[in-house]
Amino acid sequence: MGKCDALIIGGSAGSLDVLLRVLPFLSPALSFPIIIVVHRKHGADSLLPELLSGRTKLVVKEIDEKEPVKAGVIYIAPSDYHTLIEQDHTFSLDYSEKVNYSRPAIDATFQTAAEVYRSKLVCLLLSGSNADGVNGLKSVKAWGGTTVIQDPASAQVSYMPEQASIHAKIDYILPIEDMAEFINLLS
Amino acid sequence: MNLELPVISDLQVDVLLADLLEHYGYDFTGYSKASIKRRILRLYSLDKAVSFAEFRYKINNDNFYFKRFVEQITVNVTEMFRDPGFFKTLRNVVLPKLGTYPLIRIWLAGCSTGEEAYSISIILKELNLLHKSLIYATDINPIVLEKAGQSMFAMSQMKQYSENYILSGGTEEFSSYYTANYSLAKFSEELKSKIIFSTHNLVSDHSFNEFQLILCRNVLIYFDRDLQHKVLQLFDDSLEGLGYLALGTKETLDFSPLAKNYKRVPAEKIWRKVS
Repeated sequence: MGKCDALIIGGSAGSLDVLLRVLPFLSPALSFPIIIVVHRKHGADSLLPELLSGRTKLVVKEIDEKEPVKAGVIYIAPSDYHTLIEQDHTFSLDYSEKVNYSRPAIDATFQTAAEVYRSKLVCLLLSGSNADGVNGLKSVKAWGGTTVIQDPASAQVSYMPEQASIHAKIDYILPIEDMAEFINLLS
Repeated sequence: MNLELPVISDLQVDVLLADLLEHYGYDFTGYSKASIKRRILRLYSLDKAVSFAEFRYKINNDNFYFKRFVEQITVNVTEMFRDPGFFKTLRNVVLPKLGTYPLIRIWLAGCSTGEEAYSISIILKELNLLHKSLIYATDINPIVLEKAGQSMFAMSQMKQYSENYILSGGTEEFSSYYTANYSLAKFSEELKSKIIFSTHNLVSDHSFNEFQLILCRNVLIYFDRDLQHKVLQLFDDSLEGLGYLALGTKETLDFSPLAKNYKRVPAEKIWRKVS
C-alpha cells in the first residue's frame, strides 16, 4: 500500500490555473482520493467540477454531504460550505462562520483531515492572497502528515505559500511542472 | 482557530455529549462528529478554558454557561433571502399554489435568529397572502429565538440583503420594510405579526401541527444519517398531502425511503408530497 490515504489541495487566487495545468498529467489509477478546496464566489457552483473534469480521466465531482471518500476520485468542495472529514471517512458539510474570511476554509478541511488520516495525509497549498491553510498545515504536521506548498516564485499570488513557509514546517516546495509527478508517486 | 493538536479528544467529546443528555436532556449524540467537535474546540479556545475537567464542570454545574454552550455549538449563521434562486421559486411557484388555501401554515425548523422567517413574511405580504398565513419558526436554542423576536438586524447587512431580495424577484424598495436605528435595522411589526417563535428540538420533540410548507435548510447537514431519517419522518408526519418540503442547497431527500412519496420541484431542493 502507498504512503498516502488522501491528498488535499488548497488554493485561492491564482490556483485554478495551476490545477488546470497539473490535472492532465495525473495517473488515471490513483490509489487515493484528491480533495480540492479552493476559494470561489458563491453561486459559481457547478462550473468548477465541469471545468476540471475536462482535464482528467479521473472522476471529478462536487462533494455531497455524508458521501464516503473514495480512492481515485477528485472531490471539489462546494462553495459557501466548509468541508470536514469524519473519522469514518465520510464528508460533512458545515455552514458555520467564515474562517479567514473564507467559506470553504482550507484550514477546516486540513485540520479535520489531519486527525483522520494522520501520517497518511498529504496537503498541498497553492497560490493565494490570504493565509487560509497555514494553520491547517501546522495541524497536518503535528499529526505526522506531509506538508507541501507551491514554490512561491511560481505562484501568481505568492502570499499564501509564503505565509505557510514562514509559519509551518514544510516538507516539499514544488514548482508547477513537478506537481503531477509528485502526486503520481504518492500512489 | 489556531489549534495544532486538539486539546479535546473524540472520547472527551463523547463524554460531554453524554453529560448533556443526562443532565439537561439535550441529545447531540446524533450530530456529525467532525462538525460538533470543531464547534466545541472553537468554544474551548474562545473562552480560554483552562482544562477539560474545568470546562466540563462548568457545563454541568453552571446553568448560564450551559446555555452559552448550546448556543455556541449549534451553528446560527443565516441571512435574509440566502440563495435568491430558492426564494424566487418560493415566490413564483410554491406560495402561489398554497394561496388557494384559507389558512396557510408554514413551519420553519431551525430558524436561528429569524432572518429567513422575515424573508418569507416579506414575500407573503407582497403576494397578498400574509393576512391568512401563520409561520411557526422554531429552534432548539432559546437565546437565538429571543433575538429573532426583536426583529432587528445589523444595518451593515442591509446592502447584501437588499441585493439578495432583488435577485429573488423582489420589486419593492427593500428599505421600506425597516427603519434604521443607528447600527440596527428594525423590521416592521406587520412582518412579525404572523410569525410565532418557539423552541422545538428536532431530535426529541414530536410533530405539533400539520403544515402545507416545511422549510428546514442547512440543519440536516449537522445530523448523521440515522438522525436525518428520523427528522425527515417527523417532517413527513407534519406535512399535509400536496404540501412542500424545502431543504438546504446541499441536502436531499434522495437517500430516504420517503422519496418515493415526493416529487421534486425542478432546479431547487423543494419536494412536493404527492402520496
